[in-house]
Amino acid sequence: MTMKIRTAQEAIAGLKDGMTIMVAGFLGTGSPEILMDAILEKGVKHLTVIGNDGGLPRGWYNEYDTPRGIGKLLDAGAVDHIIASHVGVNPLIGKGIIAGTMECTLVPQGSLAEKIRADNFGLGGVLTPTGVGTLAAEGKMQIEIDGKMYLLEKPLHADYSFCRASICDDFGNFLCNKATKNYNYLMAGAADHNIVATERLVKAGELDPDTFQHSGVLVDMIVEGEKPWQI
Amino acid sequence: MADLKTRIAKRCAKEFKDGYVANLGIGLPTMVSSFLPEGVHITIQSENGFTGLEGSVERGDENVEIINAGGGYVKASPRVNYFDSATSFGIIRGGHVDATVLGAMQVDEQGNLANWIIPGKMYAGMGGAMDLVVGAKEVIITMLHQQFNKKTGVSKPKILKECNLPVTALGVVDLIITEMCVIKVTDEGLLLTELHHDFTVEDVVAATEAHLTVSPDLKPYDISE
Amino acid sequence: MANKIRTALEAIAGLQDGMTIMVAGFMGTGTPEILMDAIIEKGVKHLTVICNDGGLPRGWYSDYDTPRGTGKLLEAGVIDHIIASHVGLTPLVGQGIIDDTMECTLVPQGSLVEKIRANNFGLGGVLTPTGVGTIAAEGKMQIEIDGKMYLLEKPLRADYSLCRASVCDEFGNFLCNKTTKNFNYLMAGAADHNIIATERLVKAGELDPDTFQHSGVLVDMIVEGEKPWQI
Repeated sequence: MTMKIRTAQEAIAGLKDGMTIMVAGFLGTGSPEILMDAILEKGVKHLTVIGNDGGLPRGWYNEYDTPRGIGKLLDAGAVDHIIASHVGVNPLIGKGIIAGTMECTLVPQGSLAEKIRADNFGLGGVLTPTGVGTLAAEGKMQIEIDGKMYLLEKPLHADYSFCRASICDDFGNFLCNKATKNYNYLMAGAADHNIVATERLVKAGELDPDTFQHSGVLVDMIVEGEKPWQI
Repeated sequence: MADLKTRIAKRCAKEFKDGYVANLGIGLPTMVSSFLPEGVHITIQSENGFTGLEGSVERGDENVEIINAGGGYVKASPRVNYFDSATSFGIIRGGHVDATVLGAMQVDEQGNLANWIIPGKMYAGMGGAMDLVVGAKEVIITMLHQQFNKKTGVSKPKILKECNLPVTALGVVDLIITEMCVIKVTDEGLLLTELHHDFTVEDVVAATEAHLTVSPDLKPYDISE
Repeated sequence: MANKIRTALEAIAGLQDGMTIMVAGFMGTGTPEILMDAIIEKGVKHLTVICNDGGLPRGWYSDYDTPRGTGKLLEAGVIDHIIASHVGLTPLVGQGIIDDTMECTLVPQGSLVEKIRANNFGLGGVLTPTGVGTIAAEGKMQIEIDGKMYLLEKPLRADYSLCRASVCDEFGNFLCNKTTKNFNYLMAGAADHNIIATERLVKAGELDPDTFQHSGVLVDMIVEGEKPWQI
């Protein structure tokens, strides 16, 4: 059995300038912070990032607070293009767009989730009623089914996916507590290389297998050392 | 202003039936859950991934693994269920949410809604708004009747003949609740169904660009317990 | 809060001849047996049944064994049309087709899953590469995306969905042990009326909420009294 356990730097050894990555999390909650830190340490630039939002900016809770989640990548200027549903919380994106240093593609949140799932699960796309007649429909195929109009949302693919588990076994089966699930069960498996950073690592069989909610066959590498969120 | 928002939230709460699954936007819509009539219990969906949101928590009592869609820490009900984002929006788009309450920048005679972008001014992203208004069985807009410009001191109508901002969705709004009145969106256009006693029909018409039909059954705006 | 607990016959009170139902389970495993029994007791006929397969026929484990799952409905002759992915285990389906008393629509298993999920989750359909160039493509729209051909699989609707939980709380949040999950997390919510039959019923908050894997907002009625599977 291939060992999947890596250090953060080992796990992202193949990550290069200009690649596309998926980062799980909702305003930072459920994002793998140690993988964000590793990307900054490695100094990779010009990334296209697929995520729900821009994470949290520097100083969200207090003036000494670091950015969280994708906010770290934005703060470091490592993002050329962000594909997200909501970027209002992190002012660096708006500034980047105005300055012409960053591109932003907005996707309705439910469609973003389905586009990632479609890629993970081998679908050519899904038809959604969301966004019909809006700016979100621009450039997308529209299909009428039984008298109702739908947008065709195509899959989103990435070179790497970065996810965060509360508990992961050494095969990669994992679970996320409470509202940290968000994109973790969708992105793990949707990229060429899928990395899970976990708070707690256990041996396969150590816990009731039914505890886990996402299959280890969708996980390529596991990194230990995620810390609980600090306010 | 706070009083007016409370008035709107109280009136909106009367739309809810026992057992409703609801998604409440940030701000005024969130206030609605504080004014539910006696015996009405609802399940609040939080689009970042759970059903069973129960309100905000005191500083110090936060569970860092339970945030709402605005990134704030919240309390979960005993019947909470947590899920991923695809399931969350499946629940939303699939018509399993009985009502969503949202604010608006503009609403028009066709029930079109604009509440996510002002080109050149506000660039936040639609987030879950487009899915919510397309998927929820009932879309209720709660807002101040007009847009007040602090610089010029002039108020401008938000209920228009036709939205001129980019829309969030077409033909989705069912009900508009403002501090002045309640307006139903019907196939024949906008129907004024309730009027607050501080205002006359003429006041409402003057503050509205869209054509309003006054219901033959016009009722007082009722926020009594 | 409205009470969702019913007896089996109360739960299917609105079920009428000619309706369409979804029945979860895989060869009977994960199928709500007490709801199958209730349908037969009520004597409803001419049903269209959406399910993975025809359940198990009479005498599968021993001469004295009753049918299981949808096998009960087949034996009682209450199915006019079965929409399934595999019907080889239940000779009654083949016999019904030859005798012209039954119609059978076969759908690839993964597409069946997505068609049910699409209805539950408000999609107009999904594009799948499965079935292109086969009999499964007959009558379906084909769409080429970026040079690859896909079939458009449209949603499947039903009047009732009948699912089985291992543990369910009184609000309808539920979980299914091990391989009893199959179609249960997809069908609950996909019909106009969604019924869960559960082995164990608990109060909301009695167990860690993160134990449950499907949301009670997708469940309309709960019936207690499922028994563990007997070999």
